[in-house]
Amino acid sequence: MTDTTIKKMTAKELTRMVLDKQDLFILDVRNETDFNDWKIEGDSIEIINIPYFELLEGVDDILPRIPVGKKILVVCAKEGSSKFVAEQLAEAGRGDVFYLEGGMKSWSEYLEPVKIGDLKDGGELYQFVRIGKGCLSYMAVSNGEAAVVDALRMTDVFEQFAKEKGAVIKHTLDTHLHADHISGGRKLAETTGATYWLPPKDAEEVTFGYEKLEEGRDITVGNTTIRIQPVYSPGHTIGSTSFIIDDQYLLTGDILFIESIGRPDLAGQAEDWVSDLRETLYNRYKSLSENLLVLPAHFGKITELGEGGRVMAKLSDLYLSNPGLNIAEETEFRRTVTENLPPQPNAYQQIRQTNMGKINPSEDEQRDMEIGPNRCAVHDK
Amino acid sequence: MLDIKVNQVLDCKGLACPMPIVKTKKAMDQLESGQVIEVQATDKGSLADIQGWARNTGHQYLGTVEEGDLLKHYLRKSSPNEVKEEKKHPLTASNDELLKRLQAAENITILDVRESAEYSFNRIPGAVSIPLGELEDRLGELKPEDELYVVCRTGARSDLACQLLASKGFKQVKNVIPGMSEWTGPTEKL
Repeated sequence: MTDTTIKKMTAKELTRMVLDKQDLFILDVRNETDFNDWKIEGDSIEIINIPYFELLEGVDDILPRIPVGKKILVVCAKEGSSKFVAEQLAEAGRGDVFYLEGGMKSWSEYLEPVKIGDLKDGGELYQFVRIGKGCLSYMAVSNGEAAVVDALRMTDVFEQFAKEKGAVIKHTLDTHLHADHISGGRKLAETTGATYWLPPKDAEEVTFGYEKLEEGRDITVGNTTIRIQPVYSPGHTIGSTSFIIDDQYLLTGDILFIESIGRPDLAGQAEDWVSDLRETLYNRYKSLSENLLVLPAHFGKITELGEGGRVMAKLSDLYLSNPGLNIAEETEFRRTVTENLPPQPNAYQQIRQTNMGKINPSEDEQRDMEIGPNRCAVHDK
Repeated sequence: MLDIKVNQVLDCKGLACPMPIVKTKKAMDQLESGQVIEVQATDKGSLADIQGWARNTGHQYLGTVEEGDLLKHYLRKSSPNEVKEEKKHPLTASNDELLKRLQAAENITILDVRESAEYSFNRIPGAVSIPLGELEDRLGELKPEDELYVVCRTGARSDLACQLLASKGFKQVKNVIPGMSEWTGPTEKL
């Protein structure tokens, strides 16, 4: 009966609304702690939190807080409670009521592919925006071959995308050992027969075979075409490696973001790595071409999303605007990256263990470990 | 581990939210004040939600025991007269006074008159557990000459316990106010 009056919205449709800045009112019915930790954001989104367990007797009390004539989306962790509340809103006479299919879990896992640009030799570079969690992956496609950088756990998305482009995935690369999300690099390499590349200094404890990412060991995608040039850039982790693709793009991993810089503490050695981080940001990157387009592995705020959802900026612009690149004093820099850091990402220790192959959690457990924001940047408060 | 006494066990295994909370609310409506319910759930999200729900409704969330994938949540239905003023036992002690005497390792007995489930999840080390409802039948476990500090959550049940003890000839009985709700000293559980 009431099922006919509420409609479902998929994570993909919601992503479109956020990127196109369409008006939407969200009623998030998760508990307050989960809501305060992590929620759906967007310029055109108005969001309030009322836990579903306050609405067991009905929604009459909150009707005045729900705008009339606006699209209403009810959101919960998985889906059940949002339907429960959405149905009551519909029964109370509200039209245009949606629930988020699969809840925050599916929001956390959705990837939106956006094209970054063409490569000189006919290839293309794509960015995959994991909008719910702030993770970014990349795929370079050229002459029927593809390489994926910082692949996420949802590897079928990359396989499907490569297939649509008529390309075979030949290489998967991780800029570093991730602590905020589970890498899909190894799994994707296994299923596609690709080679998995990791920085050796981050891989000392891994339990599986891999190819070593080292300066001078360029990786080629397609017949003649893209050159992926590794640049050793420690600081977020001791092995962190950046890639220069096609002399145009600088994939910085978790070292440099658009509005912030990487934090050095997630592997437990903030003090030791501060000087590496400073050296990378203030000397190493400075010696590169300032026209390079920076493509990070994360964004922290929705404001970092540009046109169509792209997250990118010119290196020279970041030297002007990014607060993390404009700290003159070394002691001040040390303070910024070691004190008052945001909380560490959910389950980051277990995530690191998983990425090293030391533990093998189930799909459900992996999903739970990744819940919440990424918090890899110094300024993600 | 202690055996936790409950008045009702509610099976919410295999149910996804919102159902564990919906069922808990219905069951709680049927309980008497002061009774304890054990809610068995497998939905991990039920932990934060049941705590939030208890906070909002004023019911007392006692704690959760995990057994593999099974979560057992314990809740106590609050009673309105727990905070009501009635005839009081004249001798009282503050939490601070009790803490000082504990730290001085003086020879005192702490009697905890809350339900065993409350006691299981949070108690003062060394406290003796006799729930208020069982006190009259179990007086034999206490010595009338002992110096007794009686605690509960807010000082209400312990006040009734003190009055009962005094009427049975216990001479040195003090009601600890407010009790566990604001206890900042050492605790232990399970």
